[in-house]
Amino acid sequence: MDKEVFSLCFMCSVRCPIKVKVKDGHVDWIEGNPHVAGIDGSLCPRGSAGISMLYDDQRVQSPLIRVGERGSGNWRKASWEEAIDYVADRLKDIKDKTGAHSIALCERAQLATHVSKAFLKALGSPNYFSHDALCKGSVNTACRSLFGYTDAEVGIHYGETKHIVLYGRNIFESLAVKEVKTLMAALEKGARLTYIDPRVTVTASKAHRYWMIRPGTDLALNYALIHVILKERLYDAGFVSKWVHGVNELRDFVEHYTPEWAEKETGIPAGEIIALAREISKDRPSVIFHYGYRGASHQNEIYMRRSILMLNALMGSVEAKGGIFFKKGPGEAGGKAARKLVSQEFPKIDMPRFDKAGTKDFPLPDPNHGVAQVFPYAVLNEDPYPIKALIAYRMDPLMSIADTAQTKKALDKLDLIVTIDINYSDIAWYSDVILPESTYLERTDCIQQMNGLKPQMFLRKKAVEPRYDTLEGAIILKRIGEKLGIGHYFPYETMEDLVNWQLEGTGFTQTDFEKKGFVAYGSDQIFWDRENLPFKTPSKKIEFKSSLLENAGFESFPEYQPVKAPEDNDRFRLVVGRSAIHTHVSTQNVPYLNELESENKLWINTKKAGQLGIKNNALVEVASSCGKGRIKAFVTDFIHPEAVFMLHGFGHEAGRAKRSFNKGLSDALIQENVYDKIGGSPAYHDTFVSVKPL
Amino acid sequence: MSKYYLFQDTRTCIGCHACEIQCKSNKNLPRGAKPCQIIQVGPKMINGLPKMSFIFMPCYHCEDPWCVSTCPTGAMQKRSSDGIVFVDKELCVGCKTCISACPWGAPQWNPETGKVEKCDYCKDRLDAGLKPACVTLCTTGCLTFGLAEDMTQTRRVRHAEASASFENSSF
Ligand code: SF4
Ligand code: SF4
Ligand code: SF4
Repeated sequence: MDKEVFSLCFMCSVRCPIKVKVKDGHVDWIEGNPHVAGIDGSLCPRGSAGISMLYDDQRVQSPLIRVGERGSGNWRKASWEEAIDYVADRLKDIKDKTGAHSIALCERAQLATHVSKAFLKALGSPNYFSHDALCKGSVNTACRSLFGYTDAEVGIHYGETKHIVLYGRNIFESLAVKEVKTLMAALEKGARLTYIDPRVTVTASKAHRYWMIRPGTDLALNYALIHVILKERLYDAGFVSKWVHGVNELRDFVEHYTPEWAEKETGIPAGEIIALAREISKDRPSVIFHYGYRGASHQNEIYMRRSILMLNALMGSVEAKGGIFFKKGPGEAGGKAARKLVSQEFPKIDMPRFDKAGTKDFPLPDPNHGVAQVFPYAVLNEDPYPIKALIAYRMDPLMSIADTAQTKKALDKLDLIVTIDINYSDIAWYSDVILPESTYLERTDCIQQMNGLKPQMFLRKKAVEPRYDTLEGAIILKRIGEKLGIGHYFPYETMEDLVNWQLEGTGFTQTDFEKKGFVAYGSDQIFWDRENLPFKTPSKKIEFKSSLLENAGFESFPEYQPVKAPEDNDRFRLVVGRSAIHTHVSTQNVPYLNELESENKLWINTKKAGQLGIKNNALVEVASSCGKGRIKAFVTDFIHPEAVFMLHGFGHEAGRAKRSFNKGLSDALIQENVYDKIGGSPAYHDTFVSVKPL
Repeated sequence: MSKYYLFQDTRTCIGCHACEIQCKSNKNLPRGAKPCQIIQVGPKMINGLPKMSFIFMPCYHCEDPWCVSTCPTGAMQKRSSDGIVFVDKELCVGCKTCISACPWGAPQWNPETGKVEKCDYCKDRLDAGLKPACVTLCTTGCLTFGLAEDMTQTRRVRHAEASASFENSSF
């Protein structure tokens, strides 16, 4: 029987709306949802490989219980009944012996996140943590310090921008379909693109201005830009005087950060810095300094993110067309959001989190996401207490937390590791039990609440029956919960029940999604009145001088610390990033994607390579203080001589994922686990490596 | 020449290869065969900026196709109604003559079936009133498909818009 289903892609976490055609019970075709403006049928390469992923027989096909050593790859097949009992028995044991807080759950946040959070809350453990901090912990903290809103509550209005500045935000290779299409349309209408990155990317090739910045010095550049903007009064004086708290302090602070000073630090000519400040201010407020992801990722990242956001505020581009805006929820359009399981009453939890986020030891990172990279330290040092079990749901701590050897050591101390995933990820391979999840094409999922200028709800709907013996994550957790006596927190038998429960009181039903795949709360874009902006900081203003930081004992404007250059000729700063073909660590084994890109290479500057005797495509050894490995060199003029670069997500260790097994090198293996102790992000670019030919 | 033309706006192409994957997925092809391919040229420094080009290479559906005239079995054909060049799998014996003959590398080898695959402008989709797979799904929408005469119009308008300079205009 043929049918068409509207759903949501999940080849990456963006979750673009899709339309799926099913023929004789098989997925025949997937396209971007043509009803969604800005998608109009398009899919990115990963989304295009959805069918290739679905019909790949190298995914996990049934529950598995480890029989050999951890990581040895010896498994036995188990029924769901047996696997759930196995996990529940052990969790119960651990809970009884050492307390529920010794059970942690990590996750790449997704639609059923409210289920995993509810699971832990019901169990009595505070130890939920997500991938978020790894990606943007300090962005989140910076947003809260300035606006009182998290980064997830801020959006970017690409479509009407006149000038966008991207700091290593490789927007045309790290793809989200709508973002790419809207920005491309703005560029076609004449918007300017300034791109700053130690490496030439596809995005650099589309830019009107490209600066090969000295790696790590984005903050120096920003202080100089701010210096020029304040000195030459290029800012939006009306907006700044009404809404900014602390501009005078900022002016004093940047006094000595002149463009000439920044030129020495960044390698960007002073005249060009001045030119950008002058040029972009002509287009304000429809300008964007992009604050999210990548760019210099260092131990003082919080200040780099704050400086970017301050530039937006100076341009008056906050809550402005073509600038950045605050996302509007259903309430703003007179509607109600879908219910979440976490809104139930749970027993009170007295124990602190393992990462101490939100306590005086680590006050600023968002406890809703936790700080993933602290996990290995917490386990190894039993600080604040011993942790005994980890459930890894769609997140791979081995490949995404820096210093894999250390993470493994921590995992070795655990009595139980359970993975819920569709793939043989490295953490699945290192687990005691793998509970395979049905893919996004084989499952109905929880409601996607899409806040934005026009609040909407989307639904992921099952297109075909699961091909293997897999279940939905929300059902897996419910079934474990039932065995642990917390089943009543999961008031559903099927995903359809759960969605119906979520929709109760919203005025919408599942049938409303059938026509276009989504429902909208209103039809107009909602921008707040710029005379009455509801900032949620104590001063009700944008806090350049931040009470969040200062109350926690940190400075709002600490002196700039010069960025170290590599000390020896064979040493480099390791920089990592993404390509258009793969999603983080999860798609390297998908047949069509693997065919296009099966391994990563080490980008190294031509001159440096020449001096070290490194030839293009030849194997080199890369070593840091915590690990080393082999990788092929890619010799190019298009990377700064102080940096080497590799794509994230290669060098997999799971043997049954045959195409990606042992291909390329994992960045996490050689990155040191150091992080921004204020904002919460890992300092992925603070590792120096030595490179030698083999 | 088929009566159609597939236009790639290289300025908005980001070289993401989604088109390649869509094409393969639509035809359910194994590793190796790529009826269309994006070839990256560059980066090169042009006027102080790094530039890359991504060239989309499907089949050009030639007027007098080398592949059709050399195919010994008549598998490689030109559709009379619209000039689309396609291979009839039933007749293909896998002799690879077309692969040698095509100057553009369009016919592709399918190692699983031992036969040739090539871009057929997704004629089944066209016959159902749809656009080719690659055009429908291209990430940025930089591919357009239509009658050759309409496409030249698109290109002219596109070029005029790109080169018009209001700043220096006498109007
Ligand atoms: S960006 Fe690509 S992979 Fe991610 S959800 Fe959209 S189509 Fe899917
Ligand atoms: S999908 Fe479109 S943007 Fe991507 S490489 Fe192909 S033609 Fe270019
Ligand atoms: S027109 Fe069809 S067959 Fe030709 S390259 Fe595009 S998707 Fe492939």
